[in-house]
Amino acid sequence: MGRYLLVLRLAWRDLRRRPVEAILAVLVMAAATTTLTIGLALHGVTDHPYEQTRAATAGPDAVAGFLSEDGTPPKTADVDAVTHLPGVSAHGALMPLAHTTLAMGGRTATVQALGRSPAGDPVDQPRLTSGAWVGAGSVVLERGFADALGARVGDQVTLGGRSFHIGGTAVSAALPAYPSSLCHLLCFAGVAPGPNAFDIGLVWLTPADLATVQERTTPAVVYLLDLRLADPSAAPAFAATHGTLPGRDPGASGPFLLSWQQIRDADAGVTRSAQAALQVGAVLLALLAIAGLTVLAGRRTLEQTRRVGLLKAVGGTPGLIALVLLVEHLALAVLAAAAGLGVGRVLAGRFTAPSAGLLGSPGPASLTGTTVAVVVTAALLVALAATLLPALRAARSATITALEAPARTPRRHGRLIALSASLPVPLLLGLRLIGRRPGRAALAVLSTAVTVTGLVTILTSDAVSGRGTGGLHNLRTERLTQVTTMITVMLLVLAAANTVFLTWATVADARHASALARAFGATPSQVTGGLAAAQVVPAAVGALLGLPAGLIVYRLVTQTSLTMPSLAGLAAVLVGAILAVVVCTAIPAGVGARRPVADVLSADAA
Amino acid sequence: MSDVVLRTRRVRKEFGKGAGRVRAVDDIDFEVAAGETVAVMGPSGCGKSTLLHLLGGLQRPTGGEVVLDGRRVDEMSERALARLRRDRIGFVFQAFHLMPELTAVENVEVPALLAGRSPRAARGAALELLDRVGLADRTGHLPSALSGGQRQRVAIARALVTEPLVVLADEPTGNLDSAATSEVLRLFDRLRAAGQTLIIVTHDARIAATANRLLSMRDGALVDQTLLAEVAA
Ligand SMILES: Nc1ncnc2c1ncn2[C@@H]1O[C@H](COP(=O)(O)OP(=O)(O)OP(=O)(O)O)[C@@H](O)[C@H]1O
Ligand SMILES: [Mg+2]
Repeated sequence: MGRYLLVLRLAWRDLRRRPVEAILAVLVMAAATTTLTIGLALHGVTDHPYEQTRAATAGPDAVAGFLSEDGTPPKTADVDAVTHLPGVSAHGALMPLAHTTLAMGGRTATVQALGRSPAGDPVDQPRLTSGAWVGAGSVVLERGFADALGARVGDQVTLGGRSFHIGGTAVSAALPAYPSSLCHLLCFAGVAPGPNAFDIGLVWLTPADLATVQERTTPAVVYLLDLRLADPSAAPAFAATHGTLPGRDPGASGPFLLSWQQIRDADAGVTRSAQAALQVGAVLLALLAIAGLTVLAGRRTLEQTRRVGLLKAVGGTPGLIALVLLVEHLALAVLAAAAGLGVGRVLAGRFTAPSAGLLGSPGPASLTGTTVAVVVTAALLVALAATLLPALRAARSATITALEAPARTPRRHGRLIALSASLPVPLLLGLRLIGRRPGRAALAVLSTAVTVTGLVTILTSDAVSGRGTGGLHNLRTERLTQVTTMITVMLLVLAAANTVFLTWATVADARHASALARAFGATPSQVTGGLAAAQVVPAAVGALLGLPAGLIVYRLVTQTSLTMPSLAGLAAVLVGAILAVVVCTAIPAGVGARRPVADVLSADAA
Repeated sequence: MSDVVLRTRRVRKEFGKGAGRVRAVDDIDFEVAAGETVAVMGPSGCGKSTLLHLLGGLQRPTGGEVVLDGRRVDEMSERALARLRRDRIGFVFQAFHLMPELTAVENVEVPALLAGRSPRAARGAALELLDRVGLADRTGHLPSALSGGQRQRVAIARALVTEPLVVLADEPTGNLDSAATSEVLRLFDRLRAAGQTLIIVTHDARIAATANRLLSMRDGALVDQTLLAEVAA
């Protein structure tokens, strides 16, 4: 009891003595926890709208598809075999569906044109959101697609070469809303998704009109059959048991079965890329936070060492001493987790509005117990990664050495010093500084490498997602862009902060050495140059490592083949990163190098 | 003589290896009885601090035995040593070594809290000791707001708060001016009178004069033991 009071008191006093460092530490960790929170909060936000839409449109529990090479409907026996499957309680009419191209005002998109009876069906009744249901020469657009296209009731569109009038817009739960159209039909048909294959619009029209649409893309015709099941929750099992899989049954033409849960999950696709980006971003930001915290905590090793010596002398056990050293950072981590959860919850709201293709509103971005646990654990791990090793080392150190610790004697790296002797003065000073604190140089490499990895990943993803939306507004791409912009800003801010921390620490460390160098005739700008070189050399190494790492991360996360971003883009990231480090370094380095020599030397003698 | 509290047998401490080896403490045998005040003197670098560190379990000997209260200090685990320092030993350092972020009373409390006393009991004991060392009106001050002599008196109060068997002081007046030295001197005198076992390393003859016994060291070895109290008697 008393012991824990002491631990808390020491942590609290220490935090109060350096509020700026404490705040910086929290901010650095909060960037990662916020990103993680948003990523987790987006999970399942479209489920509620989908279920509302499903209820409002009498959505099917499963959809059966039959592929037709020549356009003829499937045999009655094949259809009956599906409608008589155990568990099927009702079904709709057989509906022809053709893949074709829709053009309007210079924009074109691949669409699925679905023939629906003007009278409507008991299962799957698309809910009109404007205008009227299909009729001769009049088509209805899925609302999410209409929005992306900028189409309104009364507009003219060209469908497969024939002109139609838009009679209305509607929502449906039987197919995913734009831009989440899943490739299911194409994939079932064994057709490789072409350009835009993932973003297919949905158009309803009468079967008679559909028959007049001549220009088609593959697969030319599919027939769909909406099914109602006795137990909707068993739909995935039903689809898996009775459906045909192209891989398992090559050449089969059906039935391909899709459960409503698969459609719901396809609708979540609108946030999926953003979620993946957020999760990768959170990992990168966490790495930057570890680097930043390590530097912040490392600036104070001397002070901490004396404290450890003292606690040992008066009887603190190694465990208690490690606790004293850790508690402070763990408390900051909990604060950062709380901040991240709060801010992340608010920001997540900006990414949760469903596509216009669904009804209703998302549930508020709720923080589940799991989310809270994951975020808090992540923050604690970041803090531990940055402080556990030094704490354990301190706890085991010899009491007297710790108590009477002089400023840490830097290691000498003879070869580095010999090498640097033949270099220009700033580079010479810089390399010697790196040789004094190799660990810190490694952190500088890590920090830049992680940042460049993130930037390259984002650059690559933009290069991909920017392609082939046919000029249509694409909610998924927009989400991804919003999210990656946010992550980019955070990466840059954290990397800049890390660079400033590192330079500060190096300046403080090298104060004496720099003053000596100047006493022996180095100019302030040579010393500034040396301090800058000590940051820029590792940063350049990190940037070079980050380029391939970014491409690899992108490849691993998206599992798609890589589209190389432009060389100009990569070069810009590389040069930009190094220039940014120069700028962030220049200010603290310049201030450090200009302090009067005598001041420094006499201050250090005291 | 009464009970032996502290005893060493052929205790030895070496630093470094090869040609650079230094024998800081060289086969020292001695005993300290309960209630005794022992002063250790000798030229700089002769091993006084090292001897004190060995006695208090702050360093491990290279060879020999250190026995405190009947237990072998040199063979203890890290945790047991920590507990020993906490419960049986009070340290006073030349450089005070107070925690800069804690007030006077909070500094004094530290060993009591480490020893598992309740916060209330620790606070009570700390306030009483600060009163005894004449700092009742400075309990809430940070060390930075105290004079050198006051800081050392806080450090002495801290050394006493767990009612240790032995107080080990390493040049407690080394950083103090003459007036502050007198304050500390009076304090040690009172401790001796109260029967506290004390071992003081010092360069100050006035401090040494308060001891019952004087040990002189040279090059790591004991060269002389004088029973001052008996001489004076
Ligand atoms: N950690 C260490 N490593 C190497 N040598 C050491 C170490 N500590 C002490 N020594 C050496 O051991 C010898 C005794 O040192 P010690 O500090 O005990 O002397 P001292 O009598 O306390 O001196 P002073 O009066 O100056 O405090 C010295 O020669 C010192 O250089
Ligand atoms: Mg000494």
